[in-house]
This record gives sequence, C-alpha cells and structure tokens, in this order.
Amino acid sequence: MTNRLNRSVGGTLFLLFFLGFLGIFMVIPLVFTISNAFKPLNEFYLFPPKLFVRNPTLTNFTDLKQILANFWIPFTRYLFNSLWVVVLGTGGHVLFVSLAAYPMAKHDFPGKNLLFSITVLALMFSPEVTKIPNFIIMSKLGLIDTYTSMIIPSLVFPLGLFLMKQYMEDLPDSLIESAKCEGASEYAILFRIIIPLVKPALMTIVLFNFTFVWSQTSGEMGGGYIFSEKLKTLPYVLVQITQGGFGSMQVFAWDGIVAVINFLLISIPIAVFLITQSSIVETMATSGIKD
Amino acid sequence: MKTLSSTWKEMKKYRHSYLMIAPYYLPFLVFTVFSVLMAMGLSFSYFNVLETPRLIGWQNYINLFLQDDIFSIAMKNTFLFVAITGPASFILCFFVAWVINEMRPKVRAAITLVFYAPTLAGVSAFAIWKFVFSGSEYGLVNAFLLKAGLLMEPLTYLKDIRFILPILIVVQLWMSLGHSFLAFIAGLQTVDRKLYEAAAVDGVRNRWQELWYITLPVMRPFLLFGAVMQIAQSFGVSAVSINLLGFPTTKYAGRTIVTHLMDYGIIRYEMGYASAIATILFLMQVIFNKTVQRGLKRIGE
Repeated sequence: MTNRLNRSVGGTLFLLFFLGFLGIFMVIPLVFTISNAFKPLNEFYLFPPKLFVRNPTLTNFTDLKQILANFWIPFTRYLFNSLWVVVLGTGGHVLFVSLAAYPMAKHDFPGKNLLFSITVLALMFSPEVTKIPNFIIMSKLGLIDTYTSMIIPSLVFPLGLFLMKQYMEDLPDSLIESAKCEGASEYAILFRIIIPLVKPALMTIVLFNFTFVWSQTSGEMGGGYIFSEKLKTLPYVLVQITQGGFGSMQVFAWDGIVAVINFLLISIPIAVFLITQSSIVETMATSGIKD
Repeated sequence: MKTLSSTWKEMKKYRHSYLMIAPYYLPFLVFTVFSVLMAMGLSFSYFNVLETPRLIGWQNYINLFLQDDIFSIAMKNTFLFVAITGPASFILCFFVAWVINEMRPKVRAAITLVFYAPTLAGVSAFAIWKFVFSGSEYGLVNAFLLKAGLLMEPLTYLKDIRFILPILIVVQLWMSLGHSFLAFIAGLQTVDRKLYEAAAVDGVRNRWQELWYITLPVMRPFLLFGAVMQIAQSFGVSAVSINLLGFPTTKYAGRTIVTHLMDYGIIRYEMGYASAIATILFLMQVIFNKTVQRGLKRIGE
C-alpha cells in the first residue's frame, strides 16, 4: 500500500458514499439478470419483485434446451457459427493489427502519419455512418449472407490498431536495432521479439474485438448482412427467441427463457473480460493521445 | 525539396512496411475511408437500390432541414445526449477511476468489473431494463411505487412520452462506462507518486488541489482519448432506443440521428436520404470532436 498524502477522513467518507451509491445503481440490474435466470415461474410473479431468488432452479435452462432441440437446425450449428466468426474475425484482426501496427510504430515510411490520423479519425464517428455504403459494397462483391460479411467489420475495427500501435511505440528501439544487426528480417523481429512483448495488448484487442463481434452479430439491427437461418450466430438466435420469433417458428418466450438467455449472453463476455482484465489495464496505460 | 522520384525511392525502400500494413489497411480503406466518401457521394442522389442512383443535388439536405420534422426531433434528442450523457459519463468515468485508484488491486479489479459489466452486456442489458420499467405491476418501478402508495395503477413508462427521454438518459449512462473508463483507470496508475510527494512539499494541501494541479494535467492524453470515445458514443445513441422503446418509438419521442438513419436505410431503402443523414452525423462528430480536443489541450496550461 502506498503512503497516503493529504487525505482527510471526511473527504474519503464522502467519496466512498458517493461511489457506493453509484455502485448500487450499476449492480442492481446485473443482480436481477443473474438471479432471474434461476427463478421458478411463480417467483417472476411475486409482488413486489424480489432481488434474490428464493428457490433456485435449473428449469429455465432445461426449457431453453428443449426449445433449441425442437428446431430443425441443431443448436451446435449456431455455436459453430459463433465460434467460426469469432476465431476468424478476432483471430484475423489480431494478426493483421499486429502486422500493421509494427511498421506504424517503428518504421518511418511516407504516408504513415496520414494513415494514422485517418485511423484516429475513424475512432471519432459511429460505425453506422458506413453502414449503407458497406451494405452496397458487400452486395456488389457478393458477400451478403456469407461468413465473410460478419468477419470483415471486425477485421477493420480501428480501436485495435490504435491501441496496438501506441503500445508498440513504447518498446525500446534498441531491441529492434540489435536484432537487425544480427541480420533478422522484419518478420522475424515482429514475431520473435515484438509479439512476445506485447501480449497484454494482444489480450486487450482480443477482448474488445470479441465483445464487438459478440454484440454486433446479436442484434437484428446490428448484424444486417445475414438472412439464412443456418448462418446465424448463437447470440443472434438467442436474441430472436427473446423477441418471440425464431426463424419461421413462433416461440412463446416466457420470462424464464428470456432471463436464462440474458444470463448466457452476459456471462460469456464477462468471462472473457475476467481472463483479460489485468492485461487490459496494462495496455490502456498507453492509450493516451499525445499532443 | 523532395521530388516525386525521391519519394518513390523512399517508398521502395520501405516496401516491407507497406506489405505488412496491407492486410489491415486495404480492407480498412475500402470499408471505412471509401465508405465514408461513398456515403457523401450518395447523399446527393436518389437511390432506392433497385434503380441506378440519380443525382438530385442538395435536395436530400433541403428536405432534411426544411421538411423532415422527425429529423429535427432526432437532432434535438441527439444534442441532448451529447450535452448531458456525454459529459456526465465522461466525468463519471473519471470520478470512479479516481476514487478507486488508491484501493488495493483486488478491490479495484472487482469495482472495475461492476462498472464495466453493463458495457459488456450489450443487447442483453436491455431486457433487464424492460423489466425495471415494465408497464405491468410486476415491473420493478411500478411495484415499488404501488407498494409505497405513490401510484394507484401501473404506468407504461416505455410508451409514455413524458418518461421516454429521462429513461434513455439513465440507461445510456448506466452502460456508458466503456473504453474511456478503462483508459482512465490505467492512466491514473501511471501517474508518478513522486509528483504528489513533491507537490505536498510545495504546499498542495488536499486531494482536490492535487487533482487539479497534478493529476488532471498528467492525465491529459488519457482525457483526450476518453473524450474521443465518449463523443462518438453519445452522438451514436441508438441501440438503447431501439431495444428498449421499440422502433419507431411513441410519437418519435425517442428518435435519434442514428435511428433515423436506420429507418431510411434499412427499412425504407431510401439510401440517398439515409446517406445524407450519415454525412451530417459524420461531419458533426468529427467537427465536435476536433473542437473538444482543442479545448482539452488547454488543461493545465
């Protein structure tokens, strides 16, 4: 614990009180999301609603399993679609960003500064700005309703490149110089020397890209490029069930089903975050935009 | 003076660099840079996807600003988010990061998770808010107010134009502690403790002075990054409105620029008109962002 300077007890209490107040506001919806998933049907209709579950049950989970089992496309297909898009999208993003961030951070080629300012500019506007042109470009390329259409947006996600470039810039140049003296190629320098040193940044862009892919393919409005039932991702299908329509089959999604689905949808990104959390803090320490 | 041929020579020398950036930057240039330019071009046309685009000059913009009453609601609402949720969330991100900065790492990690989890939740977050503001007596707010005797019958908050905007602001704030929040937490950890010790010798008496004279100026690069993220986020509010209030919302009370764009782009297939909305959104976000950046650079000068 570091030594505390200039700290008044009153001030500390005031800050903690305010933090606690905010924390309760933040956490109550999350507690409901978790406990509702385990509530039996009758506890959904208690008046007033209870924050914590009294008689936890797994019926909601088995009910959801039943719904998915009755559908003509097996549940595993949706799971495969999700994994496929995440592996190719996030994996490709991490690989391409690593390749590009290294020259952007350490080489001095013409056009570099212009490219970087464009990348920072891309952080400044909403992805919806490019939604319509991208739809048209994808349809001209024949990519609508393919895995590629779900993968491309995650490949060009600008935040990943920005963070990786900032992180690599802080690595000492002497490492690269000495490797060059020993005759290492640029690719050898990147993959043998740089990549092992930027693991925290890699973990961070994995998380950000994963949550981007996860949320992007889950809303009807979010994805936008997929129409075939067999190409839908798991979050997409789960969200559709909560909205009452599941392909051409109508499903009555009672509160228990909705609760379980939300529990599943929220727990996966949180699990990924827990694994990557310490790397993220280390990486974001270089995220500042220098004047 | 660089000549064209010397630049070419320079570029040839760096051919490895170009080769390495190509896999990322080629699709980036197509799906981001070219795409923005394409939106700008299409904004001067009538385009319904089936027929080839027909140039109509400034007509889309004239219609947007002079004829489209719903667009003015969307603009008004979006500015409300930019004016309220943007700065409020920016301050909230910094405040929480600052308060937890001196706590033990485990405690800090746990609090970070609680405040960041709503961002991770994405679409699934909205269902729980639907339950909170549900129009039936089993909704959280209704149950609470009925029990307390403040209401005689349940209210349909999500369909009532009196409540739509306040609800959007609350939920948007709840899920807005995102990338900037993480950047502030990380940035505060990098501030050198010696600076505080030196400042204490120089007569900085309390934590507020410390914050103003040392922490904020040192944190400037992170504040700039956070501002970029928050401004983009608050101009782009849409998912909350669509998922919570439906699409369209009652009397368009929850309409934002992005939901207006989606209405014309995805539902009505008026791509020229939607592109004009996209162009306006792009210009506003970039200009506003650049202006705020200039302002923030003055901190501590």
